[in-house]
Amino acid sequence: MGRPMLEIKGLSCGYGKRIVLHGVSFQIKRGEFVGIIGPNGSGKTTLLRAIDGLLHPSEGTIFLEGRRIHQMARRSLAQKVAVVTQSPEAAPPFSIEEFVLLGRIPHWGRFQLLETEGDLTIAEQAMVLTGIASLQERRMGELSGGERQLAFLARALAQEPRLLLLDEPTAHLDIGHQVQIMDLLRQLNREQSLTIAVVLHDLTLAGLYCERLILLHRGRLRKIGPPQRVLMKGVIEEVYQTRVRVMQTPGMGRSIILPIAGNGS
Amino acid sequence: MGLNSKTLWLGWTLFLAILLVIVALFSLGVGAVHIPLQKVLLSLTTGRGTPEYAILFAVRLPRILLGLAVGGGLAIAGVVLQGMFRNPLVEPYTLGISGGAALGVAVNIVAGGPAGIGLFSLPLSGFLGAVGIISLVYLLGTRGGTVKLSRLLLIGVMVSFIASSLIMLIMAMTRTEDLHGIIFWIMGSLQEPNSSFIGAILCISLGGLIAALIFSVDLNALSLGEEEAFYLGVRVERLKKVLFLLASFITGCCVSVTGIIGFVGLVVPHVMRLLVGGDHRILIPTSYLAGAIFLILCDTLARVVMAPVELPVGVITGLVGGSIFIYALSRKGASF
Repeated sequence: MGRPMLEIKGLSCGYGKRIVLHGVSFQIKRGEFVGIIGPNGSGKTTLLRAIDGLLHPSEGTIFLEGRRIHQMARRSLAQKVAVVTQSPEAAPPFSIEEFVLLGRIPHWGRFQLLETEGDLTIAEQAMVLTGIASLQERRMGELSGGERQLAFLARALAQEPRLLLLDEPTAHLDIGHQVQIMDLLRQLNREQSLTIAVVLHDLTLAGLYCERLILLHRGRLRKIGPPQRVLMKGVIEEVYQTRVRVMQTPGMGRSIILPIAGNGS
Repeated sequence: MGLNSKTLWLGWTLFLAILLVIVALFSLGVGAVHIPLQKVLLSLTTGRGTPEYAILFAVRLPRILLGLAVGGGLAIAGVVLQGMFRNPLVEPYTLGISGGAALGVAVNIVAGGPAGIGLFSLPLSGFLGAVGIISLVYLLGTRGGTVKLSRLLLIGVMVSFIASSLIMLIMAMTRTEDLHGIIFWIMGSLQEPNSSFIGAILCISLGGLIAALIFSVDLNALSLGEEEAFYLGVRVERLKKVLFLLASFITGCCVSVTGIIGFVGLVVPHVMRLLVGGDHRILIPTSYLAGAIFLILCDTLARVVMAPVELPVGVITGLVGGSIFIYALSRKGASF
């Protein structure tokens, strides 16, 4: 099996003096599909930012394939880890193809200004895989929400990462686009054995697609394990401070979390 | 960015380079003494000793070279700063550099300046003023090793105001002869009697172009936002510092030689962005060429419109640049 893709040991970190994560430890194995869930403000985004080195831990260490990430050069970390951030900023002034090609930057030399044929092929593949190849001449500002999210995913794939981090990739999308994104992630995970860690708010969706779930609560690791073990009525009600029904789908053994209307405590 | 856009890039660069040559030749020909194109070309190739040769090489060519260096330099400083701040209203002077340089010069003129260095006195004091202001803005704009862009911008604007107030104070208390000197300098001019300055500024400006090109890919990443650029492997904090110092240094050098020539650094990057798009790899070289063309053309106009009286070139850049810009914005397909 070798070393885990990601190993986090006793991680505490935050913004300046405000500590958001308190002593979080877990591992993600190669080729795993892990969901990170928890209420707003529980530290999910902070965890992703720490994993890709944007935030420095005040305590603890993060290992990527056995190497401390804070001892790695920015560029070589970006060759291994790609991030799809939450609600990315205003439309950048690029066509889809130019935008996806930006994902190749971590693989370029310091003085390289032009993309190679190889870069073009990789970007092309990423656009075909995400189904946006027919849009490549369009400007980023002209896309719908779903297409936009696919373009960001394509750019992350063009980085050819070993580990893909996504922060609520299905937010603001309709149910069809949600499934499209999640199906695509599962396909990448299975066919290219890409390791995926995805922050999700939709617990049912998380249970449907992820092999393991990490539940954060107030900056601490509340529960980790297969969806059936994490998505339990008592745990969810306590963490989310609301009453729910948890049902099992017949046959598939998946959990459906149904909030009970009018009973938020 | 397939084959098509590469061809397009090459096309734009070639077109602007040819336009630059045409504008330069035109500018060589016109003036108080009109020299027809054949004679210009003849003098350039053979005619040492003719009166035309003296006019061309001693008077007009240095101005054209200075226009190229300063126009191009200010334009790429504008591209770099607008790209870094992701704010279309930022220009090389927004951060107080012009105010600092003008303050340095005003103090020099009023206080008499260090005697003995003659010609070097005003550019030197302008440069020192610019460097002083850049350092001040940089120190106040960074906190704990990180550059807060909005903070840097606000500090720059405030420092600009303080500097211009101080200049007005000096002007209010000064004698008429000195006043004229200060105003003349502030309005800017490409008349530069010292050819070694022109050589130096040309080297700095071309060096700045190469440096800016090296960072063009990082600027593209930065246009996605700082966090996104970081995830693409860009060392964002270091990049912001380098870009700020690069743009400031180019601007400071330009300003200290020619005085304050406004609008080039604001308008040229905008027009080029409308024409070639937001990719800095093409935006930087084309803006350099367009800035050079624009300033040489404006300077030529300033020389001939009311000849023999020479208008301040800053007046022309403002009038022409502003009009072109409004036209470009009101065209169909403009993104504002």
